[in-house]
Amino acid sequence: MNEVVLIGIIASAISFATPYLYAAIGEMFAQRSGVVNLGVDGIMLMGAYVGFFVALNVPTPGGLWLGLLMAAVAGLLMGLLMSVISVTLKAEQGISGIGLYIFGLGLSSLLFRVTIGTVKTVDGFKPVPIPVLSGIPIIGPALFNQSVVVYGAFLLVPLAWFVLERTTWGLKIKAVGQSPASADSLGVSVNRVRYVCVCLGGMLAGIAGASMSLATVKLFQDNLTAGLGFIAVALVYFGGWRPLGILIGALLFSTINSLQNFMQVLNVGISPDLAVMLPYIITIVALMFPINRARQPAALNKPFERGEN
Amino acid sequence: MPPASSATRRKIRAANWNDIAFSLALPLLAVLFALVVCAVILLLLGVNPLEAYAAMITGAFGSVSGITQSIAKATPLLLVALGICIAFRASVINIGAEGQIILGALAATAFSLAFRTLPAWLLVPLTMLAGFVAGAFWGFIPGVLKARFGVNEILSTVMLNVVAAQILLAMLKGPLMDTRGVTAGTFLPQSEQLPEAVWLPKLAPQTLMHTGAIVAVILAFVVYIFLWRTTIGYRIRAVGLNIDASRYAGIRVSIYQMLALTLAGGFAGLAGVVEVIGVQHRLLEGITSGYGFSGIVAALFGGLHPLGAIPASYLFGSLLVGADKMQRAMQVPSSLVDVLLGLVVLFVVGSQYYARKRAARRASTSVTTVEEEAATA
Repeated sequence: MNEVVLIGIIASAISFATPYLYAAIGEMFAQRSGVVNLGVDGIMLMGAYVGFFVALNVPTPGGLWLGLLMAAVAGLLMGLLMSVISVTLKAEQGISGIGLYIFGLGLSSLLFRVTIGTVKTVDGFKPVPIPVLSGIPIIGPALFNQSVVVYGAFLLVPLAWFVLERTTWGLKIKAVGQSPASADSLGVSVNRVRYVCVCLGGMLAGIAGASMSLATVKLFQDNLTAGLGFIAVALVYFGGWRPLGILIGALLFSTINSLQNFMQVLNVGISPDLAVMLPYIITIVALMFPINRARQPAALNKPFERGEN
Repeated sequence: MPPASSATRRKIRAANWNDIAFSLALPLLAVLFALVVCAVILLLLGVNPLEAYAAMITGAFGSVSGITQSIAKATPLLLVALGICIAFRASVINIGAEGQIILGALAATAFSLAFRTLPAWLLVPLTMLAGFVAGAFWGFIPGVLKARFGVNEILSTVMLNVVAAQILLAMLKGPLMDTRGVTAGTFLPQSEQLPEAVWLPKLAPQTLMHTGAIVAVILAFVVYIFLWRTTIGYRIRAVGLNIDASRYAGIRVSIYQMLALTLAGGFAGLAGVVEVIGVQHRLLEGITSGYGFSGIVAALFGGLHPLGAIPASYLFGSLLVGADKMQRAMQVPSSLVDVLLGLVVLFVVGSQYYARKRAARRASTSVTTVEEEAATA
């Protein structure tokens, strides 16, 4: 395997990991507060469309940043819709999430076909080489010559850890997800914490979508994410509801995605279609180990009713 | 406590009727609400919503072809919905119908191609059985993972959907690929046409409507009898109504949940079979058409009741057909129907909050009336 191919594989694995990271870290916050948002994929599609639409119509570079911002706003609104249905109205989260997914899938496609029509591309975010580090052979061009959006995704991992483990808000989130009744008795508003977490998760899912349409794939089409948001949900379980675990899972998925793209080039004997299944099967197997389940927030998927628990 | 007076009984009976009316009105209100939200979206896009809806309604109900196409689309929806009903009644959520449809369709294709020489009366039921078993197997996996290892079924079914889609792709590019596509150099990812012996007879010539529709309706009654008139069905429902109480009563909860997921998979697999042998007559990449998800909507809308699923599936089948016709007539993208379906799901599950609240209030008030009667007697 020559150096160029190796750099290519690593670089694309890093960039593929970006949407997974944004979406899964966002979903981690929602789940740590006790809400499974299965609609991540629909939110990502809305974010991807909104970001792309803005970038097409507002000149760069301002347009790209505005696109990213509007994608976050769109994601936030979708998160708000999910919160109303799942937190206030206490709906079964598995179902409301699927509803949100179908809604986002349909609305992004409807808006795309009416306002854009054909598949177009944008220049998108340009790679920004990091001085000194990008000069390291192989690792430099592979890791440190990416766009700002990609760096942002990786910076989000320690940031999420810090919020969760070193701030009062993190403590509240974990309390609400673990034992809402105790948190409530101590004066923490369970529903408010859940609203904030689900909306934050929506915002990050919106950014995840825009990271695809503006930084990695640089185009929009119907169902651009192709179920990537569902993988992001799975990554949260896979990573044991921890930022570091999610990072490892995201890199596993993105490396296999990247290898799949290079498989034709490398001329390996395995069918790429079958190789793609591997991370999904690994995820299922990982879930079979009790250690992973023990880390699950105790109130996950359980709406909170005062005086019930 | 003395028996409640006839006046009280009348009051309670009236309250029950009100409850039934209420539970029927909620989903209809949810749909109405979804239609209004969609109308606003259409208005913002500069489309007259009334014209769009009119095009949808005339498209779905205004012609023989609209109605027969709706029935053809309602058939796999109903089969998926029946499985979803069983799973939900046991308090398990099956998001895996997409993958189970694929497995059923794959098995039906492989089986009917391998045994193409069999007579139709034998080939058709055996092909259906093969698809049912394959789908059931794909439902059994999350079932056993949940029962034995406590793996959340929502997650495992989502994963298995992707695995199934990749198996389908690998098969269509490999062993099942149409040899004609290979020689012609097109390499279309689709199977060869199935033997005519396995094609389901049409209910009316020149339409898409096939006998699978009758099979699906019969199965809806079978599922109803199974859930409400057999011991196993009773236990499945008991698990769904109260897991802890069922456990104390000695019902092996995990076994019944596993069974429910397996059956749900089987029905979704059957949906894949009828799509292949009833409509397409070959296996294609997009064989599921998203029925695995819209089937959930139909099941929910039908009140998670197998008989309620019949009109619900027909309604949503019509919606899909109407949206296609609207797209052709008015250039409004048919993805509008997904927006509508998504909103219906959100509003239906959201509105159940009011039904639960009302039921709780009813329960407490009817108890107090009876108690008051007892006190004055």
